[in-house]
Amino acid sequence: MNQPASAYFIEDRHDPNETHTLAVLVQNEPGVLARVIGLFSGRGYNIESLTVSETEAQKHLSRITIVTTGTPMVIAQIKNQLDRMIPVYQVVDMTQTKRSIERELAMVKVRGQGEHRVEALRLADAFRARVIDATTESFVFEITGNTDKINQYIDLMRPLGLVEVSRTGVAAIGRGPEGM
Amino acid sequence: MSDKSHDPNQMTGAAMIVRALIDHGVTDIFGYPGGAVLPIYDEIFQQSEVQHILVRHEQGAGHAAEGYARSTGKPGVALVTSGPGATNMVTPLTDALMDSIPLVCISGQVPTHLIGNDAFQECDTVGITRPCTKHNWLVRDVNDLAKVLHEAFYVATSGRPGPVLVDVPKDVQFATGTYHPPRKSDVHRSYAPRVKGDATQIRKAVSLLANAKRPVIYSGGGVINSGSEATHLLRELVEVTGFPITSTLMGLGAYPASGKNWLGMLGMHGTYEANMTMHDCDVMLCVGARFDDRITGRVDAFSPGSKKIHIDIDPSSINKNIRVDVPIIGDCGNVLGDILQVFKAEAKKPDIKSWWQQIAQWRARNSLYYKKSSDVILPQHAIQALFEQTRGKDTYITTEVGQHQMWAAQFYGFEEPHRWMTSGGLGTMGYGLPAAVGVQVAHPDSLVIDIAGDASVQMTMQEMSTAVQYELPIKIFILNNQYMGMVRQWQQLLHGNRLSHSYSEALPDFVKLAEAYGAVGLQVHKPADLDGAIKEMISVKRPVLFDCRVAALENCFPMIPSGKAHNEMLLPEQANDEATAKAFAGGKALV
Repeated sequence: MNQPASAYFIEDRHDPNETHTLAVLVQNEPGVLARVIGLFSGRGYNIESLTVSETEAQKHLSRITIVTTGTPMVIAQIKNQLDRMIPVYQVVDMTQTKRSIERELAMVKVRGQGEHRVEALRLADAFRARVIDATTESFVFEITGNTDKINQYIDLMRPLGLVEVSRTGVAAIGRGPEGM
Repeated sequence: MSDKSHDPNQMTGAAMIVRALIDHGVTDIFGYPGGAVLPIYDEIFQQSEVQHILVRHEQGAGHAAEGYARSTGKPGVALVTSGPGATNMVTPLTDALMDSIPLVCISGQVPTHLIGNDAFQECDTVGITRPCTKHNWLVRDVNDLAKVLHEAFYVATSGRPGPVLVDVPKDVQFATGTYHPPRKSDVHRSYAPRVKGDATQIRKAVSLLANAKRPVIYSGGGVINSGSEATHLLRELVEVTGFPITSTLMGLGAYPASGKNWLGMLGMHGTYEANMTMHDCDVMLCVGARFDDRITGRVDAFSPGSKKIHIDIDPSSINKNIRVDVPIIGDCGNVLGDILQVFKAEAKKPDIKSWWQQIAQWRARNSLYYKKSSDVILPQHAIQALFEQTRGKDTYITTEVGQHQMWAAQFYGFEEPHRWMTSGGLGTMGYGLPAAVGVQVAHPDSLVIDIAGDASVQMTMQEMSTAVQYELPIKIFILNNQYMGMVRQWQQLLHGNRLSHSYSEALPDFVKLAEAYGAVGLQVHKPADLDGAIKEMISVKRPVLFDCRVAALENCFPMIPSGKAHNEMLLPEQANDEATAKAFAGGKALV
């Protein structure tokens, strides 16, 4: 058997990667986002999407929503690493709860004329995207939904004259009456 | 207004810093002045409760504070200026983070209005030190300073200990504000380390231990960090269960090396019996250790048949490298106490006689064997001689990093915790000399010895000057083989004996160097002179550089080649060219 020369080249298991959405409640103070991001870059974890905003101003609480991928062992490690940071109150794996709603907002600029323009409007209607800016040769659509829906919409806009996209990243919240 | 001016809690930021140090029981700090900390130095000058030790390089301040912390269990404190002062602290901060050492670093910063302007001696200190501290703070308002300082001490010393840094701009040091003594509300509400282990998990662990046929206890630095109670409980657990015990480099001394259940250190340069016991055990109790890669060797072949119990205060240590069956999150002392209580109430000593017979066979391989010589001093022999001469004395040992460090771990028997200061996680060459300075400051009447290598010791040699200034009689015991021994060992084993830059062509004359510093220099070449020279070194009440010329080409065995399993150790008698070549076949990519 051809053994790797170093322990660092041995991967103990080849578990498939999973995508998880983590909700991280943090003290809103200078540098807290840098700490969280630094943890991901420093330890080689992935960030697929990151959303952050203050959610409770009087308590100085911010909520960071991170979509990340990794093996189950890595995901568990990410949660533990986040949880031990001093300004982190709570880390909830929204994917693991199986009771979460995820939404993303995108603004999509499409430029075109004639049939393309009509088709873009028709598709916007089907996806419940709203027109929030229009000129005689362009639209800006606002669309809300989960990541898949937005990806799909953007793909459809591509042949119709897609110019640019701005996305907020994923925000997530649990179903039912209970808070985090 | 007039009331406020008489309020004893109204003071400058600089005064608050000194006051907070006093309130936290700090008696000694290590530092180096500079523009951005001058107000603090001015306060230090005007008081006598906190003694300041002037080092020769900020890195030395950091390692001295680490040595101080590890030998006392109290936090070490370093004070440095902005810019280069802070960047020079990066190595000790990282070192302390890797080895979980409580360290509080206070750094000066340029005035707040200059931050971001590329001012003289400005750097983004909190940015640079963010990944190498447990937490850090930039204080922009003098009225936040007391709270932050108190929290800094709490964070450094509670939970899994670690380094913290408080960056204080110069204008905040000058500004006047309100100080308050430490109080609970100083700490982030989000920070609450778990200390008590889960009762169900503890029962599971006891049931595994009670039914073990081939058990082993694998203890680490966490036991020592937890405090003397944890050490007592660990020893009691070994006594009550009769289990064999091994430990990591960081954990040496928690269980006495003279204890009958002691297997020696485990891991890459651990003993054969320790590693074989780990490999073949059926129940492993890991206490305050973290399954580091130098311990596990090949992860997928690590102790394949065992149920693993892991006690750790840091949840992120659980299942990081090795999957365990019974994780228990909590303080080692606390959890060991609970385990002992349940074990004594509900279980009896398992019969593991045949396991001990097996271990005896492994022990009989004598994996630390080396061939003594009457012509040259073998480094192993030098450590043994040092151990014999200092046995029973009030001795503290620090080390640098390399072969000498592993030989010290193998051949120096530690009977008590807090007596062994070494850079384990980061592997910082140059750690030992300044660490010895810190230890000696904390224990002025004890014998403090830095077991050093000729290469490592030159990295922080300037701290000899500190030792001389403060009359700290540290002993620097240099195993001088004129090589970076561990680098050379790997080049021999893995890189076709091409000794690329691992030989020091121009070593200083250590005896003359010692004299230049105002210290004492000793040199020994012959095995016959060794004991006498060590005696002389001990009897001199001044700092000593001891140049112990040892066999140049001796290598450190036994050894688990990186990427191999515990049962694939290379033993000293097998370490001929052919066996070595085979063991390391295709191993050039080793780390």
